Amino acid sequence: MKAMKSALLGLTMLGVAATAVAQSEQFIPILSYRVGPYAAGGSGYFGGAIDYFNLINATGGINGVKIAYEECETEYNASRGVECYERLKKVKGGATTVEPLSTGIAYGLLDRVGTDKIPMTTFGYGSANAADGRVFPWVYPIGTSYWSQAAAMISYLGQQAGGMDKLKGKKVVDLYHDSAFGKEPLPVFDALAAKYGFELIKIPVAHPGNTQESQWLQIRQARPDYVILWGWGVMNPTALKAAAKVGFPRDKVLGVWWAGSEEDVIPAGDAAKGYVTAAFSAPGTNFPVMQDISKKLYASGKGNLEDSSRQGSIYHTRGVTYGIIIVEAIRKAQEKYGKGKVMTPEQVRWGLENLNLTEARIKELGAGGMFPPIKTSCVDHEGSGMVRFQQWDGKGFKPLTPFMSGDKEMVRKMVDESAAKYAAEKKITARDCSKES
Amino acid sequence: MFYREAGQFKTSYEKDAAIFPIRQDRIGIAIILVAAFVVVPFVATPYVFSAILIPFLILALAAIGLNILTGYCGQLSLGTAAFMAVGAFAAYNFMLRVPHMPVLLAFVGGGVMAALVGIVFGLPSLRIRGFYLAVATLAAQFFILWCLSKVGWFSNYSSSGVITAQRVEILGYAFTTPASKYLLVLSIVAVMALAAKNLARSNTGRAWMAVRDMDVAAEVIGIRLMPTKLLAFAISSFYAGVAGALYAYLYLGTVEPEAYNLDLSFRILFMIIIGGVGTILGSFLGSAFIALLPILLSLLVSFLENTVHLSVSRSITSNLELMVFGGLIIFFLIVEPHGLARLWQIGKEKLRLWPFPY
Repeated sequence: MKAMKSALLGLTMLGVAATAVAQSEQFIPILSYRVGPYAAGGSGYFGGAIDYFNLINATGGINGVKIAYEECETEYNASRGVECYERLKKVKGGATTVEPLSTGIAYGLLDRVGTDKIPMTTFGYGSANAADGRVFPWVYPIGTSYWSQAAAMISYLGQQAGGMDKLKGKKVVDLYHDSAFGKEPLPVFDALAAKYGFELIKIPVAHPGNTQESQWLQIRQARPDYVILWGWGVMNPTALKAAAKVGFPRDKVLGVWWAGSEEDVIPAGDAAKGYVTAAFSAPGTNFPVMQDISKKLYASGKGNLEDSSRQGSIYHTRGVTYGIIIVEAIRKAQEKYGKGKVMTPEQVRWGLENLNLTEARIKELGAGGMFPPIKTSCVDHEGSGMVRFQQWDGKGFKPLTPFMSGDKEMVRKMVDESAAKYAAEKKITARDCSKES
Repeated sequence: MFYREAGQFKTSYEKDAAIFPIRQDRIGIAIILVAAFVVVPFVATPYVFSAILIPFLILALAAIGLNILTGYCGQLSLGTAAFMAVGAFAAYNFMLRVPHMPVLLAFVGGGVMAALVGIVFGLPSLRIRGFYLAVATLAAQFFILWCLSKVGWFSNYSSSGVITAQRVEILGYAFTTPASKYLLVLSIVAVMALAAKNLARSNTGRAWMAVRDMDVAAEVIGIRLMPTKLLAFAISSFYAGVAGALYAYLYLGTVEPEAYNLDLSFRILFMIIIGGVGTILGSFLGSAFIALLPILLSLLVSFLENTVHLSVSRSITSNLELMVFGGLIIFFLIVEPHGLARLWQIGKEKLRLWPFPY
């Protein structure tokens, strides 16, 4: 009994000590998924983010402020994700920003982050209209939304055809995952098809998409010039294999970034060779920051990836990119609210909204060329809208283009309209950005 | 000793037909209700409300709906989540398109629309049963979700097919805090669970059970199969529809049709299998088991990580959670194949005799 009492006492003291330490740390909840069908992506991405946070901690923190994090398994399931968010939002002095990497969970948190005043990032997914910071003050689709990506894809196809005017009369198939994710870019494709005069054939693939014979038969009959593969999970290798079977050239297949990781192409084997995808960050281990992670963490067994050969893979570098942007947002907030202090969620939100990562700054961070310059503002929460295109050569992704964007003005107009509609439906009064500092 | 009904005499037909004929049960239920309505709102944290209690109650309501159909009427269904989606999207459209629509009426409207859809998909039950009917309801699951994302009108032409629930306001009071949402959900679930319990004891409920046990025999004793089965489909879908609307309005806020996928249907089916087929109590127990146990396991793991500083990789602990959960399901199904509600029933029988089992 006595032993138990002292053990309990010890536990409580440990708890007290932990909270006391935590207050000098910036807490970031990690809503990861390491089991289930999307585990490969989740472990790579969150592994990358954790690696970068650990690297920052190992090199003195953000002006001395260390990052604390705690993981919670969401299984890519909306209700589990909401539970994780609710669980972690108050621990260790409170969550300062959240990234669920799941459309379903992001929707479940959309209202909550507004009430709790915790900024949420939706890196390369989620609803495109959240780029309008006047209506969505707490949501940050930093980098590129699906709409910007769709526009960039059409620009790339225009380049391939030898000019945007050459797109006229071409046939483009959009082979998409029949879900909110796959349907999101359709308005942009429709608008661009009308603008440039190419024919758009939309072919949905039902989840999970492991049989696509009828769709590819349809594609063979239509004889398109390009196929856009807006796929997710097992649908991607299946599509590539089916393309090989019907003899459709793989370098005319253009994948969305969620269809552009090693996990998507390796299962397709040789059928994936020559396949082109979009990407919002570049893979590779040659960037100084990736070298640092390798030397300072993996060399001493502190890396987060179970399989250290996955360093520099698409998901891992995406996670590192996320880490860099969050850390830079906190750094930016510290410039305004006091260096070396722990930032509140509101202050981090300001940092996310006033992020200015120039080419030079990205290079300074050891990530030159890994992701495009990002400059956010109260109106524009996206800040870049640029993607680059890469080709799978059977061993790795080789860059084809520098970071480029599509018809940004048109996309922005559509974002404004969509956000205004959302605001009207929810009876939200948009912020007046001229009054923000 | 405490659970003895000796001395409690039923002197009228009303007393004999009472919902809780034993005094101890009445006291027990009263204590649970008082605890849920009065004590919990004061002691629970926002985390407990919005991450544990609200989803637990909503899923229990959906499980009651499926129990009416599968447990009482014997018609296997794999389309519960789709009927929930109908309820959510219908409630959303009622709120959007009808000016000054009271939100409770929109929930009822969502339930009614789900009931109508349920009747349509229940029609095959007149000809086929068992696993074949399950496949027909599986078609409902896929068709409804496909239809909701295909036809833009349902989501007010949202580009991604997502709906965002409007504010929940009743008589000028806005339900925004977790505690107020919890109380609203609890009230709705309590009333509907009571209604379901009474329904099961009524003529209708007895007709359902007769059909479940042997439909030819039920027909012989004068129960008309078509109205009975379709009524079960309608009421079950009504419950699912209301649960779906609550899921969107008081739990997630913004939902895509994919939130109501086959996985959710399966989870609700497992709830009634584990909880107890054909009992209202089982719906609650099953919902607690399927929805809350994984969270408890995950809390336990993170507690261990924070205190003992386990140096095990997160991937292993995440997979371990799943394995332990699966093991527990098998354990309970072996120990009591009739579900947790049956376990409680056995416990009650034992309590009656305790401490003198002779």
